Amino acid sequence: MATEPLETLLQQAFPDATELAVVDRTGGGDHFQVTVASPRFEGLSLVDQHRLVYDALAAPLSDGTIHELRIKTKGTA
Amino acid sequence: MSLRDQISEIIDNEPVALFMKGTPTFVACGNSQRALTALRTAGAPVTAVDILPDPRFRQELSAVSGWPTIPQVFVKGELVGGADIVEELAATGELERKLAEALGEGYGDAREERVIALAPA
Repeated sequence: MATEPLETLLQQAFPDATELAVVDRTGGGDHFQVTVASPRFEGLSLVDQHRLVYDALAAPLSDGTIHELRIKTKGTA
Repeated sequence: MSLRDQISEIIDNEPVALFMKGTPTFVACGNSQRALTALRTAGAPVTAVDILPDPRFRQELSAVSGWPTIPQVFVKGELVGGADIVEELAATGELERKLAEALGEGYGDAREERVIALAPA
């Protein structure tokens, strides 16, 4: 999978993101590094922040398109 | 005991539970290694559970935790996170604070790595 469909899913889930990046770590289309900065993360634990990212990418995670996902979340404060 | 009960019991009873691919002596995944290294660096008493022997192990674990990926780290029953979070917490010193808060300041004294094997029910 290319990075664009994942970026689209993340943009839909985090329309107010101040930073949003998806990197294909291996070039194989299944190991991704995702970085999202959003005011929605403010006040949430890292576990809850990552859960929001997992929720946004639930479809490609559950159908096996994403083999490995690394997540970096940031608040915007 | 059902698989789900076995998993819940480990999560609830082990001070630090690491559900991983492989075991600490034969780690089968880079992310499991990252989590293990972060926990070791913080001096955590790790109880490791290999989820690879049966695909149901992982399915049941994710059903219990609501977390889709492996590894998963629990401290005193609470999901701390996967490799990214544990590594991030270790880098800031937050992991050691969390361990001390949950397990007491001397949490590293009796440090001992254990492995628990799940039994397909």
